[in-house]
Amino acid sequence: MISTRQLTLNIGARTLIADLTWQVEAGQCWSIIGRNGAGKSTLLRTLAGLRKADGGSVSVQGRPLSQWPPAELARQRAFLAQSRSDAFAYSVIETVLSARHPYHGNRYWEGSDDHKAALDALAAMEVVDMADRDVRTLSGGERQRVAIAAMLAQDTPLLLLDEPANALDLAHQVSVMSLLARLCREQNKTAVMVGHDLNLAHSVSTHALLLMGDGRWLAGPVGDVMQAPILGDYLGHPIDIIQHGHRSIFIPTEDIA
Amino acid sequence: MTSNLRRRTGIILTTMVLLAVASLLFSGMTGSVAIPLSDLPSALNDLLHGRSTTLAATLLELRAGRALTAFVTGAALSLAGVMMQALLRNPLADPYVLGISTVASVGALAALMLLSAAWIVDASAFTGAIIISMTLYLLARRDLRGGAAAEGGASLLLLTGVILSSACIALITLMLSIAPESRLRSMVFWMIGDLAGAPVSWVPWAVLAGAMIFALRSARALNVLALHAEAAATLGINVGALRKGLFFCSALLTASAVTSAGAIGFVGLIVPHACRFAFGPDHRTLIPAAALSGGTFLVLADTLARTILAPQQLPVGVVTAMIGAPIFLYQLHRLRK
Repeated sequence: MISTRQLTLNIGARTLIADLTWQVEAGQCWSIIGRNGAGKSTLLRTLAGLRKADGGSVSVQGRPLSQWPPAELARQRAFLAQSRSDAFAYSVIETVLSARHPYHGNRYWEGSDDHKAALDALAAMEVVDMADRDVRTLSGGERQRVAIAAMLAQDTPLLLLDEPANALDLAHQVSVMSLLARLCREQNKTAVMVGHDLNLAHSVSTHALLLMGDGRWLAGPVGDVMQAPILGDYLGHPIDIIQHGHRSIFIPTEDIA
Repeated sequence: MTSNLRRRTGIILTTMVLLAVASLLFSGMTGSVAIPLSDLPSALNDLLHGRSTTLAATLLELRAGRALTAFVTGAALSLAGVMMQALLRNPLADPYVLGISTVASVGALAALMLLSAAWIVDASAFTGAIIISMTLYLLARRDLRGGAAAEGGASLLLLTGVILSSACIALITLMLSIAPESRLRSMVFWMIGDLAGAPVSWVPWAVLAGAMIFALRSARALNVLALHAEAAATLGINVGALRKGLFFCSALLTASAVTSAGAIGFVGLIVPHACRFAFGPDHRTLIPAAALSGGTFLVLADTLARTILAPQQLPVGVVTAMIGAPIFLYQLHRLRK
């Protein structure tokens, strides 16, 4: 679905990621894990085409990003930014409808199919009752759900999400994450997300990409790469894994002895 | 739902057009010698057939030229305001925020100081506006292409514009302090914005039409840009090209408005603001509504400017500021409550 070849990302003189050759297949759900400043968001923005690679290339469905017409690419992949700033008083429904832009061609107004897609997405995120609210009056978590609803309305096979669980309460963290897992499993969508919660990442992801922040990286199925010694190494703090029924619970090892 | 939106926009725009026509007729009828409503049809008819034999037709011809210039100037400023606000993603931006009018003023004031002919004043103002636009473009090219700064942080474009503009204010102050007494009045009037003696020309109409076509064609993309900032690119929008288009259209509109009437303040700020407040932020409605109401507003403001202290004529910029500042403050405080 999306792949990188010898991708290198630098910030200033620092190399964050070196020679990342990585293949994400349809139906997989990837978590990108690493410390602050390890290049997780930078990588995601590069995958989305918002930032140029400092070396190597990114391809969606085997076709390099630069060779995709923007509107066509927008029907293939959606991007959830880490933060939003709302300058104007758009309503929630207008926000979600704007994500239908890639399907409009030269039409001036949206069609009824767009309204259906938008309302379905709002329903999936449990924000239908807020449809006419001004986005600037929403709480952080509500705004995040509206942003995810917009992403769902864009209806793309590939989803790139920068901290989707950000600002969400516990119940919505779980429901958003399980929705993503379900989309991958049942609709063969592909998700690549950045997140800090190892437990959420482990429960929904099929694969993980660990970033060290100095060029080193490790990619593989969660069972292979989300192991205590490896995670401890990549996150800079020892991690304990506790088995709870069929679930693995990740907790940082207590420092105070 | 969509058909509702379409119908609503249709109703709004029809009302706006009727109001615009009414304001133009009202402006034509009002003045030191009023034309009674009963004489209006025949006077209009005379005018359309190129005869201005009756008194009413002559008066109407004089006033119509000025009213039409007021309309096109107001519409241009208002449209430029909408574009600048979308470009900077800031509803408080106005067409002058980047200093385009200030540099135009430098050009025009220099020409006025040297007692040049009217067309040289216009040409200098226009040249000034174009030069600053080009300078801004070269300095802030990176920002326009949509870099990290577009994410809502401090904008390179905005800061560059503000600094260039304050440098030009110093130049203006210098010119005002060394200008001979006899020319000060015309210089000050130009700075405030004055429609008296504004030339009747087709150029501002052509600029307005061109910018309007661009704005309507990118109205939907503008919504996406206003909502998603830089991430608009992931929705298939060529952010760099759109931002450049917005920049050049608003610069050209501002240059043409400032050239024909001087730096009239507040129209580009409060009219888009009021329209957004009344009709919502959707650019598909906002763009035509703001242009029409901006034109109407300036026609009425100019009618007021030339009648309120008649026979004395006020510069229209004074009237727009007197009306604009309180309206703006009112809106601002209602919004923040």
